[in-house]
This record gives sequence, C-alpha cells and structure tokens, in this order.
Amino acid sequence: MKAVYFAWVRERIGKTEEVLAPPPEVVSVADLIGWLRGRGEGYEAAFEQAGAIRAALDRSHVRHEAPIAGAREIAFFPPMTGG
Amino acid sequence: MTHPGVRVQAEGFDVAAESAALTAGRSDIGAVVAFTGLCRDEDGTLAALEIEHYPGMAEEEVGRVAAEAERRWPLAGLRVVHRFGRIRPGEPIVCVVTASRHRQAAFEAASFLMDFMKTRAPFWKKEHRTDGTSRDWVEAKASDDAATERWAG
Repeated sequence: MKAVYFAWVRERIGKTEEVLAPPPEVVSVADLIGWLRGRGEGYEAAFEQAGAIRAALDRSHVRHEAPIAGAREIAFFPPMTGG
Repeated sequence: MTHPGVRVQAEGFDVAAESAALTAGRSDIGAVVAFTGLCRDEDGTLAALEIEHYPGMAEEEVGRVAAEAERRWPLAGLRVVHRFGRIRPGEPIVCVVTASRHRQAAFEAASFLMDFMKTRAPFWKKEHRTDGTSRDWVEAKASDDAATERWAG
C-alpha cells in the first residue's frame, strides 16, 4: 500500500510518500502506526503523540481502530489548520 | 466525490465574481452570504503563510462538507474556493458563498461550511516570520473543534 505524509509528519519522517508492506499482524491504522514507529527516529518523532495523528484511507478520514485491509492509500497528518 | 461548486487552487479569486455566478439569470434567490478568510500579518510578525494540502482529498472532503450543507439547508447554490501555496498578509485564503431564498439558510450554511472546513479539510498552514527566525506549523485550535461540535445533532 502507498503511504503519504503531510505537514510536520512529512517533515519528521523525511519523505512525502512511500510504499509499505506491513506484516499480516498489522490489521488496523493503530497497528500500522505502531509498526512504523519501529522503523527509525524520524517515524518515532512523527508518531510520538500517536493519538494526535489523523489518518485517511483512500482519501477519507478514519479512526485509528479502522482496518487497513483493501486500502490502496493511507495518509498520516497532523490536525488540520485550513480555512 | 467532487462538488461542482468547490475549487482548490493556488491562484487568487474574486469573491464578487463567485457571487455573481450563483445569481446570474435567477430571480428566486433572496439572500447571498459571502465570507472571505484573509491572511493576517499577526501585528507585523508574519511574512507569509505556506498552505500545504492533500491533493485529491482536499477537493473531496470540502465536497463532502458542501453536500452536507446542502442536505441541511435549502440552498439555491454555493461556492467554496480554498487556496494553497504561499500567501502573503492581506491576500485571501478562502471564500464561501451561499445563496438561498431566505437569509437564515445562507448565513447558517456559510458558518457551517467554514467550521467544518477548518476541522475536516486537509490543509495545513506554516508561518514564515518577518524576522526569519522561525518557520512553524500553525497548531489546531480547540475553539475550532468546539465550533464544529455545535452543529452536532
């Protein structure tokens, strides 16, 4: 699946997007965040306050409990500040 | 879902033209409300805002909010334009124009659209300071979440 990152999540990870192949035990958005945190300092910094991070699956907002199966694109970003 | 009245763009916009487009050729509209959000200079400390967005989702999410506004109020039309990229103090960032038969629907729908856009549309503002020292991401405000929650139910 493709992962895309925005704002300070993008800056801390140091990437705009990447292709992820998580193991089968990664079922939910929360699981994926936990798995990503183990990938290095940038990820740890991006997700240190995991509860504050927003996620979208295929361009729709989802909660962290949502299953990721079948999604083509997952996005992680901070709370939004548009308008 | 994209909505025909929604645009996300780097260029500026003309709110009068957006309003005129909603009312052209119609005589059933009794009220038009136009809101414009501008970039403030924060007492001279802000040089520019840099607005990042999630291409695709930004249009779709604003479209979903627009469709919800149309479900809740009897609107004759609406326009939402949200900019991205570098924006200087004094320049417009966003506009919402709503048209309806009577004013209450247009007022309420415009307010609803702005409240939901602030908390649901994937845009992020970064501040560039005039002293060049800091470039910080704007933090989301609890007051914006509270403003959105008042529309619940």
